[in-house]
Amino acid sequence: MNDRTKPSSLLTTGISRRGALKGLGAAAALGTAPGFVRYAQSQSSEPIRIGFQAHRTGIGAAYGRWYERTTAAAIKRINDAGGINGRPVEIITEDDGTDAARGAEVVEKFANQHKTDIVYGTLFSHVVVGSAPAAGELKMPYYVVSEGYHVASGKMNRYVLQPGITDVRAQCRSVAPWITSNVGKKITMIYPDYAFGHDHRDFFGPAAAEQGGEVIAQIPIPPTESSFTRYLPQIPSDTDVIYHVMVGPAVLTFVKELGEFYGGSGPKLFGFIDSLEAVDINSPGLEFLEGSHFWEGMPRYLQDGASEHEKAYREAVGLDENGASINDAKDVSTAAHMFGCWETLYIIKAAMEAAGYRGPEDRAKLVEATEAMTEFPEGAEHPQGAKVFDGKVHQVFGSQNISVVENGRLNVVHRTSIEDGRYEPEADYTTQPL
Amino acid sequence: MTITTRDWALHLGVIAILLAANFLLPEYHRGVFSRVLVLAVFAMGYNLLFGYTGLLSLGHAMFFAAGLYGAGLPLYHLGWSVPVSFGTGLMAGIAVAAVVGVLALRTTGVAFMIVTMMFAQVFYLGTLYFTTWTRGEEGLVLSQAMRSVEFGGWSLNLSDPSTRYMLALALFAVVLLAMLWLVRSPFGRTLVAIRENEERMRMLGYDVFRAKLTAVVVSGVFCAAAGAAYGLLFGYVGSGFASIQYSILPLLWVLLGGAATTLGPLLGTLFMFYIIDYSSGVTSAYLLVVGVTLILLVLFFPKGLLGSVRERWLGWLP
Repeated sequence: MNDRTKPSSLLTTGISRRGALKGLGAAAALGTAPGFVRYAQSQSSEPIRIGFQAHRTGIGAAYGRWYERTTAAAIKRINDAGGINGRPVEIITEDDGTDAARGAEVVEKFANQHKTDIVYGTLFSHVVVGSAPAAGELKMPYYVVSEGYHVASGKMNRYVLQPGITDVRAQCRSVAPWITSNVGKKITMIYPDYAFGHDHRDFFGPAAAEQGGEVIAQIPIPPTESSFTRYLPQIPSDTDVIYHVMVGPAVLTFVKELGEFYGGSGPKLFGFIDSLEAVDINSPGLEFLEGSHFWEGMPRYLQDGASEHEKAYREAVGLDENGASINDAKDVSTAAHMFGCWETLYIIKAAMEAAGYRGPEDRAKLVEATEAMTEFPEGAEHPQGAKVFDGKVHQVFGSQNISVVENGRLNVVHRTSIEDGRYEPEADYTTQPL
Repeated sequence: MTITTRDWALHLGVIAILLAANFLLPEYHRGVFSRVLVLAVFAMGYNLLFGYTGLLSLGHAMFFAAGLYGAGLPLYHLGWSVPVSFGTGLMAGIAVAAVVGVLALRTTGVAFMIVTMMFAQVFYLGTLYFTTWTRGEEGLVLSQAMRSVEFGGWSLNLSDPSTRYMLALALFAVVLLAMLWLVRSPFGRTLVAIRENEERMRMLGYDVFRAKLTAVVVSGVFCAAAGAAYGLLFGYVGSGFASIQYSILPLLWVLLGGAATTLGPLLGTLFMFYIIDYSSGVTSAYLLVVGVTLILLVLFFPKGLLGSVRERWLGWLP
């Protein structure tokens, strides 16, 4: 599927007298500036074309829908403010079917058929990993919004960057101190028995141990399971906290069966909202979650102390107070992740402007300009909060939210510091040739 | 039955056209053809068993994935060279096909479908179970550095689009000519006869089990070659390729192109790729378009594109 977001109204509506005067003044000022001739020659009014690799179908479709909405909102705001380097931005969307093989084909299609400047927006890890070789070979900057550890692990390549969302390793590290000091020290982990679950197992355990906690049991669930009752007796009786990261439709069954197993008592729960993104927390069967804690990248429900930037972002994307669509209260968003699209697009804008990006011949410069970035202050462009970017591992670091389910609503009880999630980098992409 | 001049002319002509396509096709379509040629090898392997031998397997993803992992894992973890890794991919295919063949061929018909599907599911879950080495559903990237071949001062970069196309074509040409030779050979005729009347073949004194097992192994090796080539050429190894979807796809490609035709699998794979590519550019309901097209094809070309051509006009097509 492919469609185009029209350039901003700024370029299509008539020019007012005031606007014309402003423009003339700006042109005169620019004309006297040094280096103007070079600038004028290189400048183009052609739109900057961003290829959006979207999960429109397949298991990522719910995320994909909201990634598209957030992208459209951010692009509208960017274009309304004059675009990038004075050029409008055009989004060209292709569905990757949330499939790794199709993902790589889509990257090739963007590069060789649509001739986009960059590719952006992928969420699911397997699609990122499947597409990364194509991006590297085509020397196509590939900005992902995936939260996987794949980028920071150094296993991708110089052209794959994740500047708008933190990775799972940082998330696990960030929440570990709060869990061990506020919920309990004896932790049982329940996770899906594949790469996503293994990342949690490998990164959370050591982080909890550093804080004096102890993972007393690890219960991997095979991906084909649809019922979990037979695994629940494996949870040791002295468990303080159950750390769960089940994903997919099975999560509803999982929570229901856990509730039936403990019958209202039992250990406390800590989970990653990934399981319940786009799912109403008040869905039947989720009552047992009342009082349990969740990681959230950005709060789903509008919080009392929300900043003006956050409110403006929510309004632009079209979120109501409960984190659902303003047009349909049942259409719950993927709020904990989709802010990454908004922030990534603003980083692309900043990097393109820093690199003086003109066209595909400047792709290498764009990668270098992104790598040179270090800090993103909180603001309209980064409504989730301030962040620190490590150009060597192409990964951003930021704060995480821990929320509790109270009266069928997620309320933030703690916000971690950026430092909580930092770890020793294991790679340096900047040594790879461009 | 021997291979006629007409057979040679057709097959070598197709290979020559594909060779010319490397220089004539626009960049994007050359990339598409590189993938399609490799996947067509997968479909040809499937066709040997399904089209010519009459054994409908629902587990061929495991042979493709055996080649993919057989080549990818030694390359990634042990740093083995590309040619050696391709060899281990083929060996993995032979081993898996032989074991599965011996066990699954104790059944026929629907039971054969179910048993092959179950073996493929075991293989798929195995790729997830050994996530420590395979990275499961997320998969592994085979970097460009891993995928370059050195021959004493001369190097071959598998990520170069033209090199990749030529290697894909070379593999395709070898398998296509092997298929032509196979189906025109006495062994190929034996397989077709088994498909038509297994009991009669047994009565005539043929070792049916042995012929079918050979067909499973040869089919498995072709599919593994495709899997190994896919991993090495495109740099990604993931368990998605072992999932049920990749067992159904070759069946669709072969049905579309024409079962028991040597060139049908190429046609079917190409057709399927482009219908998804073009319809997804027009509507988000592209899967509906694909489904309706498939239904129409089955209604009007029940023997697939090339199968119908053979039935109506060119009876000599192999």
